[in-house]
Amino acid sequence: MAAKEVKVYSTPTCPWCKKAKQFLDASKVTYQDFNVAQDHAARDEMVKKSSQTAVPVIIIDGEIVVGFNEPALKTKLGIK
Amino acid sequence: MYELMIIGGGPAGMTAAVYAARKRLDAVLISKDLGGQAMWTGRVENYMGYQYIEGFELMSKFEDQVKQFQLEQKIGSQAMSLRRVDGGFEAVADNNERYQGKAAIIATGKRPRSLNVPGEERLKGKGLTYCAICDGPVFAGQKVAVIGGGNSALEAADDMSRIAEQVYIVSVTPFTGDKILVEKVRGASNVTAFLEHEVLSISGETLADGIEIRDMKTRKQKRLDVSGIFVEIGLMPNSDLVKGLTALNELGEIVVNCRNETDVPGLFAAGDVTNVQEKQIVISAGEGAKAALQAHKYIQRL
Repeated sequence: MAAKEVKVYSTPTCPWCKKAKQFLDASKVTYQDFNVAQDHAARDEMVKKSSQTAVPVIIIDGEIVVGFNEPALKTKLGIK
Repeated sequence: MYELMIIGGGPAGMTAAVYAARKRLDAVLISKDLGGQAMWTGRVENYMGYQYIEGFELMSKFEDQVKQFQLEQKIGSQAMSLRRVDGGFEAVADNNERYQGKAAIIATGKRPRSLNVPGEERLKGKGLTYCAICDGPVFAGQKVAVIGGGNSALEAADDMSRIAEQVYIVSVTPFTGDKILVEKVRGASNVTAFLEHEVLSISGETLADGIEIRDMKTRKQKRLDVSGIFVEIGLMPNSDLVKGLTALNELGEIVVNCRNETDVPGLFAAGDVTNVQEKQIVISAGEGAKAALQAHKYIQRL
């Protein structure tokens, strides 16, 4: 199975962003990390795609997960 | 039926869990997540043993410590109500799971207070946030409004003044926060204060685009065009689940005595959800320990 495309939109100051990235690292998931505090193009993309301004926003093959929702991430990533 | 249900996974609940596990109680920790309000605290410089640690990191250490012990955990399960049943208590969670315990410790902490105005619920996370520290940077270069006049609001306004184009600070009272913060905010060229003004509504279709405010003296209304709204008007105790079961004070906090007992035998409470003075991580942790030790004594006497 091809690896899923995972994008994480986060800010350096948000604790649940860190939690989410720790979870992805521990699950050996490769992801692109966008710091929306600095990267305004990524910020605009995040807001446009998700209609959300609350970080983290995680997009897995186009499917949006808002916040650090471990059960949802597990389901979408196929992690048991 | 468990011997002990610990409801809430912040500093008080996690400490209670460690103490309960060490007493070999058949206990369960029920919480929507672990870390509680301490997760949102940036710098912690007054939790003994660490000169400096981030709230998030300290809570990860708490979590690791809880995991060292044999203790059932129901994380992701938020207890919505608690009632008395034969031989103890029953909690019903948001996912309809039911848990029973001979004794219970409520350590559900506090949550940000809402404005209770039209548009707020709908635009949560869509421009409106209760966590300036998390979502603030998303609004760099934009116009934002901070609601509140205390330290949290002033800190948010100060932080945002450095990255936003324009910051409005709207408070129903004059500033109530520390002088040093008031001076900082007053000194920033891009901050405009609307004191003794109330927020009437939040507007926006898919994303927030403004707020309607009213001068409380002249009753004059004004619209502020903003894309970010930071609500920093204090905290509310998460005590709804025991409303009607045990006594709450005028702030809605669970009333406990110095042994963390409520007026219901077998029902204990600890941390920020209680009437205990001073809301601090170190105090909540201590209260959690006390509550677990008292609950252990109670269970032994049964």
